[in-house]
Amino acid sequence: MSGTLHKISIEVNGKLRNAQVPARLSLVDWLREDLCLTGTHIGCEHGVCGACSVMLDGEPVRSCLMYAVQGHGHRVTTVEGLAKPDGSMSVLQDSFCETHGLQCGYCTPGMLIASQGLLNTNPNPTEAQIRDAIGGNLCRCTGYQQIVEAVQLAAERKAKEAK
Amino acid sequence: MKAAPFEYARAASLSEVCALLATHGDGAKLLAGGQSLVPMMAMRLVRPAWLVDINEIPELKFIAVEKDVVRTGACARQCVVERDDTIAARVPLLRQALAWVGHVQTRNRGTIGGSLAHADPCAELPLVAQVLGARMLLRSGSGTRTLEAEKFFSGPMATSARSDECLEEIHWPAWSWRRTGSAFTEISVRHGDFAMVAAAAQIAVDGDGRCVRAAFGLGGAGGTPIAFPKIAARLVGTRLDGAVVDDAAHAAATETEPGSDLHASAEYRRHLAGVLAARALCEARERARSR
Repeated sequence: MSGTLHKISIEVNGKLRNAQVPARLSLVDWLREDLCLTGTHIGCEHGVCGACSVMLDGEPVRSCLMYAVQGHGHRVTTVEGLAKPDGSMSVLQDSFCETHGLQCGYCTPGMLIASQGLLNTNPNPTEAQIRDAIGGNLCRCTGYQQIVEAVQLAAERKAKEAK
Repeated sequence: MKAAPFEYARAASLSEVCALLATHGDGAKLLAGGQSLVPMMAMRLVRPAWLVDINEIPELKFIAVEKDVVRTGACARQCVVERDDTIAARVPLLRQALAWVGHVQTRNRGTIGGSLAHADPCAELPLVAQVLGARMLLRSGSGTRTLEAEKFFSGPMATSARSDECLEEIHWPAWSWRRTGSAFTEISVRHGDFAMVAAAAQIAVDGDGRCVRAAFGLGGAGGTPIAFPKIAARLVGTRLDGAVVDDAAHAAATETEPGSDLHASAEYRRHLAGVLAARALCEARERARSR
């Protein structure tokens, strides 16, 4: 049994967090258990469901497929980090409410990260591009249609804001 | 579903990787993107005593586009290669295949070399390596050696790399004919899942539309992805009409030895092999002709 602890220093939602972790601790377990950032959900723990998606250096990745020790020196954004600085919901989050883009909510943090990742690089995506971007995230409630609509609505709202 | 305990070392250079592998040998696994290894560890299918993390080694992440070859460091991320327009212009099969590899989130983390070293017989990048005759540069404490894809893949999830060797870079040959086209296609239960069968093809034609070079292969239809250089050679000099392509695809499918599982019987996989090989060849031919 390896009891070795590794020093890590990771920027999480804009705040530098220092810790000592065993190598086998997954990034998602560290976020949830040690930092109490329980917005990120654990689904399958082997990279299939997408519920645990977070941004690593700005790009969506599965946090169950990374060990916390690997995040050292990197920047992580969780679903908590998507909200506006005053804690109110982002345009994308609000659009999910508006279009009923969630029912049980289990997949929602992963869906938000995946679609925010898309909007960051492609502010005006086609429906096919949206479906491709959330293709790695399982939802068992909505049938995906309202999630696609949420992302479309968010893109429209952002475009209006910019005018 | 948590990995068993292991010791961890974050290597800062390739020479450090070689030293760690020399010390820990069979007990150590290299950790690249982790998109296959980490789930296998979570399911306790593998329990390495040591993980040597190669994600923070800049010299393994390079991309170099040269006249006859695209060179990628083993730890170049799949998303980086997928987005690179200069690579898409020289070796278009890479971008075409990467669109089928997992999902956005896994390609953001997964690496080119990791997928090759994992050597899943259904995986897309090993098939591209076989079809193009990619060369793998392996590094150990005692030096480097280069293996052709054909020699590199030795069986299901197995390569000829020794336990003290690290895949350092991959050379993807670029064809010089202006009128070159390629295509990748597969059938899977859901997009992003492992392919039941996958097919890749690359065709070059002359000004008259006559084939001057052809290469194609199949994944998921045996213990390793397979290329069919002898059958492809028969296409050279033809106009690649439907009957010629179907003959070649059928001949290739007949040579495959797929397995049966819950998702598909061997017979169905062999059928798919013929259909998909023909589809990939036709699509590659059309792209070559339109250039």
